[in-house]
Amino acid sequence: MATASKDALPITVANVTKTYGKVHALDDVSLEVKSGEFLTLLGPSGSGKSTLLMVLAGFTRPDHGSLKFGDTEVIRTAPHLREVGMTFQNYALFPHMTVAGNVGYPLRLRKRPKAEIAERVEKALETVQLGGFGNRRIDQLSGGQRQRVAVARAIVFEPRILLMDEPLSALDKKLRDQMQIELRRLHEKLGMTTVYVTHDQREALTMSDRIAVVNHGRIMQLATPHDLYERPANRFVADFIGDSTFLKVTRQGDRITWGDMALAHGAPAPDTAELAMMLRPERIALSDSGPVEGANNFAATAENVVYQGDSYLVQARLSDGAEIILRRAMSGATATTMPAPGDAITPTVAPEDTVLIDGREV
Amino acid sequence: MVAIHANEDGLRRDERLERLKLFGLSSPATLLILVILVIPVGWLFYVSFVGADGSFSLENYERMVSRKSYSRIFITTFQVSFLTTGLCILIGYPLAYFLSQLPPRLASLCMITVLLPFWTSLLVRTYAWLVLLQKQGLINSWAMSLGLWDEPIKMVHNMTGTLIGMVHIMLPFLILPTYGAMRAISQDYMKAASNLGARPRTAFWTVFFPLSTPGLFAGALMVFILCLGFFVTPAVLGGGKVIMVSMKIVSNIELFVNWGAASALGVVLLVLTMIILWVASRFLKLDQIAGGGH
Ligand SMILES: Nc1ncnc2c1ncn2[C@@H]1O[C@H](COP(=O)(O)OP(=O)(O)OP(=O)(O)O)[C@@H](O)[C@H]1O
Ligand SMILES: [Mg+2]
Repeated sequence: MATASKDALPITVANVTKTYGKVHALDDVSLEVKSGEFLTLLGPSGSGKSTLLMVLAGFTRPDHGSLKFGDTEVIRTAPHLREVGMTFQNYALFPHMTVAGNVGYPLRLRKRPKAEIAERVEKALETVQLGGFGNRRIDQLSGGQRQRVAVARAIVFEPRILLMDEPLSALDKKLRDQMQIELRRLHEKLGMTTVYVTHDQREALTMSDRIAVVNHGRIMQLATPHDLYERPANRFVADFIGDSTFLKVTRQGDRITWGDMALAHGAPAPDTAELAMMLRPERIALSDSGPVEGANNFAATAENVVYQGDSYLVQARLSDGAEIILRRAMSGATATTMPAPGDAITPTVAPEDTVLIDGREV
Repeated sequence: MVAIHANEDGLRRDERLERLKLFGLSSPATLLILVILVIPVGWLFYVSFVGADGSFSLENYERMVSRKSYSRIFITTFQVSFLTTGLCILIGYPLAYFLSQLPPRLASLCMITVLLPFWTSLLVRTYAWLVLLQKQGLINSWAMSLGLWDEPIKMVHNMTGTLIGMVHIMLPFLILPTYGAMRAISQDYMKAASNLGARPRTAFWTVFFPLSTPGLFAGALMVFILCLGFFVTPAVLGGGKVIMVSMKIVSNIELFVNWGAASALGVVLLVLTMIILWVASRFLKLDQIAGGGH
């Protein structure tokens, strides 16, 4: 985690509910964002991410619940008094002001002296690598530059909390990758508590200290990227993150079996009636020389092989009819052993990659 | 082998054909403009330079400069136009703002009531105001029976009546473009302003108002220019006390059968209007360079 600046504020959300008619946009959400943390809200479209962010910013009034910045209850505080920086999905840069006009706006509202405004605006623009762009009109900027101006405007008044709603969704992939690194670096430097919204799992995994996976207005899991990926709490999280496939497995006494095969697994199985084994495509190996000692070996038939440049995907069917997908990195050695459709193959999964989760659909 | 210039002639012919089609489509409009605008206006210019004896002369224009009554008419015309435009802004802008904040469905319903005057004859509306405003009119008799005032107030056949009628008729021309500009302002701008620390009133004046000015400006310009050439309403409600250029043109023709004088007035009015439009468009462009338009 980034070193929290001493001004960063923790956020405490408790039992916040927001309904629109019958839709629960937020369903009893409780969440703590630590001081200086970079927390991402990740979830499918319509899951309530923006609604939660709007509650934090003060633009959506929840039905009930509590919201604290530090020790101060702010749930009924007007948006303009909350002192949180925010970037909007479409940036919402004022088109009738220059770049400097936009970035200086919050400082002018706070009646700072002219010289100080000019200095801080330039500093903020330099922070987002737009030094000298002050006189540009907004419509003279590229998408990535607009995004940076939006960030500069949100941080220039040194808010202790920064909210970002899908700030990179309008950018092309290359620029997005670059901005992810830049935003992350900015966070390390400024250390303000940051809540970031995205529906892009890779972005979330790359940038966050912790990720809250949201679905149907509820938080499905709140964990570090590592734990989220390696130890998903339920089927929704396991499914949403990574291109997993699932096998239905059963508990027989102490043993967990798939069909007749006993599974070797690293971490203990959760204590639930239904169980599923999660298979990540890149964690399945292809043995060229038959079953591997100590690993879980499956017998399968390759159905589809897709060349993807850096890797290839194999869609295979197991003996019980279940379909799995595995990915293998491409190298000179693996290229020659690339299976053809119809080949019998032996996918193997190491015990530590054999993750058992609650099998119920959420 | 395929030549480097393959299909060059064919492609060029297609291009020409397309342009020809486009020209064909616009030709009726072009013709219409030529017949009903360019030719009559040219004729107007010509007639304005013909003296009483039928030869070329500047007497029609000299008369306008030398006679005081003419300058008074121009002053009145601009006065009425300015006041009407100003009142339309004062009444229309808040109304447009109110409409723009309503949910779209309700807003269009309310918009119909604003546009209703558009669908009634100008003459009918003007005479309706006469009925309402005159000494024994509805407003005076009600107000007196309610004891609001004892003597009937003179609200018509003067500047007051003219302005009331003109503002009523011009209001939609101001509201429509203003409303359009306001609807186009994303709610996110106001949210951003508020998030950055602006109180609602500050957010309005620093963000909403500047973004709505292109529409307001277009509406005000339209109202002003329509007012400059307005005839029916000031003629009926002004009662001969408010004389505008258009009325002088009519009297020049009907009373004095002086086509030259009437044409000269028309030319001056036209030129003044064009100058205003030109200045306004310059102003609009300057505004855009400063980051106003979008
Ligand atoms: N103003 C509103 N009126 C009615 N329903 C709303 C409103 N705002 C949001 N909703 C509903 O609340 C739910 C959550 O919406 P929200 O905008 O928070 O989703 P999201 O997670 O941000 O989705 P996306 O990734 O598409 O932006 C959705 O079902 C949405 O339809
Ligand atoms: Mg959203």
